[in-house]
Amino acid sequence: MSTYQLSHLEQLEHESIHIIREVAAEFRNPVMLFSIGKDSTVMLRLAQKAFAPAPIPFPLLHVNTTWKFREMITFRDAMVKDLGARFIEWINPQGKAANINPFDHGTQRYTHVMKTEALKQALEAGGYDAAFGGARRDEEKSRAKERVFSFRDKNHAWDPKNQRPELWNLFNTRIGKNESIRVFPLSNWTELDVWLYLWREQVPVVPLYFAKRRPIVTRNGALIMVDDERLPLEKGEVPEMRMVRFRTLGCYPLTGAVDSTATTMTAIIEEMLRTRSSERQGRVIDYDEAGSMEEKKREGYF
Amino acid sequence: MSITKELDRLGIEGYLDAYSKKELLRFLTCGSVDDGKSTLIGRLLHDSNMVYEDQLAAAKRDSARFGTTGEEIDFALLVDGLEAERQQGITIDVAYRYFTTPKRKFIIADTPGHEQYTRNMATGASNCDLAVILIDARKGVLDQTRRHSFIVALLGIKHVVVAVNKMDLVEWSQPVYEKIRADYVDFAAKLALGDAHFIPMAARFGDNVVFRSEHTPWYQGPPLLDYLETVHIASDRNLIDFRMPVQNVLRPNLDFRGFAGTIASGTLSVGDEIVSLPSGRQSRVRSIITCGREIPEAFAPMAVTVTLADEIDASRGDVFAPVNNTPRLETRIEAMVVWMANEALESGKSYLLKHTTNTTSATVTGVRYKTNVNTLHQEKSGKLALNEIGRVEIETMRPLAVDPYRSNRQMGAFILVDRMTNATVGAGMIVDRTPAEKALSRRRSSADAGKDVRKAVRSAVSDAQRKSRLGQEPFTLWFTGLPRSGKTSIAFALEQALFDRSRFAHVLDGERLRSGLSSDLGFSAADRWEHQRRAAEVAHLQNDLGLITIVALISPIEADRAQAQRIVGSERFLEVHCDAPIEVCEARDVHDLYGRARRGEISGLTGVDAPYEPPRSPFLRLDTAKASVSQNVARLIAALEQRGLL
Repeated sequence: MSTYQLSHLEQLEHESIHIIREVAAEFRNPVMLFSIGKDSTVMLRLAQKAFAPAPIPFPLLHVNTTWKFREMITFRDAMVKDLGARFIEWINPQGKAANINPFDHGTQRYTHVMKTEALKQALEAGGYDAAFGGARRDEEKSRAKERVFSFRDKNHAWDPKNQRPELWNLFNTRIGKNESIRVFPLSNWTELDVWLYLWREQVPVVPLYFAKRRPIVTRNGALIMVDDERLPLEKGEVPEMRMVRFRTLGCYPLTGAVDSTATTMTAIIEEMLRTRSSERQGRVIDYDEAGSMEEKKREGYF
Repeated sequence: MSITKELDRLGIEGYLDAYSKKELLRFLTCGSVDDGKSTLIGRLLHDSNMVYEDQLAAAKRDSARFGTTGEEIDFALLVDGLEAERQQGITIDVAYRYFTTPKRKFIIADTPGHEQYTRNMATGASNCDLAVILIDARKGVLDQTRRHSFIVALLGIKHVVVAVNKMDLVEWSQPVYEKIRADYVDFAAKLALGDAHFIPMAARFGDNVVFRSEHTPWYQGPPLLDYLETVHIASDRNLIDFRMPVQNVLRPNLDFRGFAGTIASGTLSVGDEIVSLPSGRQSRVRSIITCGREIPEAFAPMAVTVTLADEIDASRGDVFAPVNNTPRLETRIEAMVVWMANEALESGKSYLLKHTTNTTSATVTGVRYKTNVNTLHQEKSGKLALNEIGRVEIETMRPLAVDPYRSNRQMGAFILVDRMTNATVGAGMIVDRTPAEKALSRRRSSADAGKDVRKAVRSAVSDAQRKSRLGQEPFTLWFTGLPRSGKTSIAFALEQALFDRSRFAHVLDGERLRSGLSSDLGFSAADRWEHQRRAAEVAHLQNDLGLITIVALISPIEADRAQAQRIVGSERFLEVHCDAPIEVCEARDVHDLYGRARRGEISGLTGVDAPYEPPRSPFLRLDTAKASVSQNVARLIAALEQRGLL
């Protein structure tokens, strides 16, 4: 009987596929958020597996803040080209027109307009009733209580005290007019699980995850990469070439690199296992206040 | 730094290889508000090196602000997530935590202890293999403890660890621990709780959490983490009864039609004959695809896509099952329901019911009782209020393919959804329609709890007194064989022969039982199993009374007869095989049972489209084709005399 046994990783894989299929079956118009990062990449691979040999039956959506790393966009375009699913990019048109950026408007305002607002716009424009996100519960304390199927009211708001109980694998997918559900198929995956899966499945990821000599300036202790000429250099700041990599990917001015020599996937994993600092540390936006992620989620951020 | 050590020992590839093969254990932690549950989890994470430096720094910083431990780190702050609860100092929702040891990977469902959040606990428990129930050593077994244990048992969790925490505050007193243990065992005897294991603990200081405590030399068992790493869970799953609810139908092109779904229980191989319910259409499995590749065999809980040899019409909500082992198709079900909404569940109200991948309209037709979770008493009630639990009768618009929750978690569970608010208002567990009291009373004994098993109140009349009054030795003759193999005829002839010898004997045959005691049962595998279980229980009671009992049932499955033997008691159980070739049985069949089965009018007839497993070493094998009824009765009498039973 011991042969009838799934490893934890296989179990997670099958559970995620169940969730993805459930959404495809029960929602009228679902969409998968594709943020280009490693979690999204795993989620996309699972979606392919869920429906093979049929194509993925819903579109992919990328909310572009216009400040993503260039390598992310190159990777994205290559990735979606031969997917067989529809791909949609959304940029907040008002934000773009007003040239909202993290330097002149501050990270909070910029994130609100180009990320949170842009996401809401994109979901409303598409009339989507369900949106997949790649968030994991182990990322951050407020995520630990997130449901797999997370109900959002018509303002996309999340009410942590009024979530639907979620039992067995019976997900309540009923929603009213203009309400929606955010679905997190990777809820139970850890950072290590994600890397292990990418390694096992030989899935390509954005090269930024691998160490390379990159132009870096140091700001408030964070290593910021000078990805293009838009980054305003402060007085006396000179980019230096430094061997770094990124543990998470987002907008380049807000994403800190770490010193590293890990140039292969196994080296990354080993480095991760040997370091003792948690993953979102590199992301500047979580730093405002201890409960800041919770605040953003209430407003409709993923 | 255990991870560093492992890496040095195995190398990265070796580590990843080992990691990817680890088993997953999901467990639930439950306790009252101040039992130290978050502290225990913080300890597990910290002492197994799962806490990162920056998280620890944040917890240190926050300890000064919210903490209750003075200068030391408040481990609870590593895990309590939301701002509101941090300020109130309580956990208000289910939170999930993850950690890994060299042996296993763990998912913790951390559930709140206070009364108004019973629904969260049921939520957390629904997917867990094991529960850790915390008891404050100073307070002992509380109403909360009883409530939590009841829910754990109700949701079918098979392993329980009772953590008697804050032992430091009772001077590590063994008598205090033993008293709590005895109280708990006494209470848990009324529950269908699995194996319960007790650990004295001080989570705040880590005693018996990850490392063995120096303060409890009198405790021989392992610390909590050791236990979690080694408890055997692989056989908790149902791998017998194949069930696959169809989730999606994939039709990428005209040549491919795949049924996608997650296997709820059992195994499935290419070539297996399956039936789709409720339509009853049958086909054979042509291929099984999982994660994009073809495999010859799949098992629960794999997510697969199945193609069939025939173009049968199946869609989302249908259930695939083996031809000769199907779930029951029901529009009337009885279930234990945990109520989760402010507005009460009441008879006559209508809800949406989601069972597997099937959503249908459902009406509550009755509330049989609600269970007082503190006393376990059943109380008459016409409704269930928020956080109440009771036995409810429900009628569904469309038939559901169901198995009892007790034997099949996925096929026996459902949720109720309010039509107006779309809120999830109830969680249901379908019960076998045996009296729930009886099912609950059969509790598995625990190795650790063994010496504390309750003393049963016993009858003052001894077995020996009954024997001498009746002048006979009670036993059960269990006749098994194909339909029309002569079981019933021989049974009644033997009854007569025994009566003539002044013995009190009595026949239980299928027809008689089905017209009364088992009149609520059909012919599904689950129903047959239940039917047979009841027969065995009645035989047991009659033997207790001093009567000789002759059971005549097809009872085709060896494992099921072994169960009957356990119920009756092996010293009183005598298996008799009524053996005749199927042609002979068929020729005797005046009711055309075999003919109807061969024409496909009825299904699941033993010998035709359901298996018969002959006994390997029966008390007696009777040749019912060649020998006459009276010859066989004579053989039986002789064998019983030889055994000293007559």
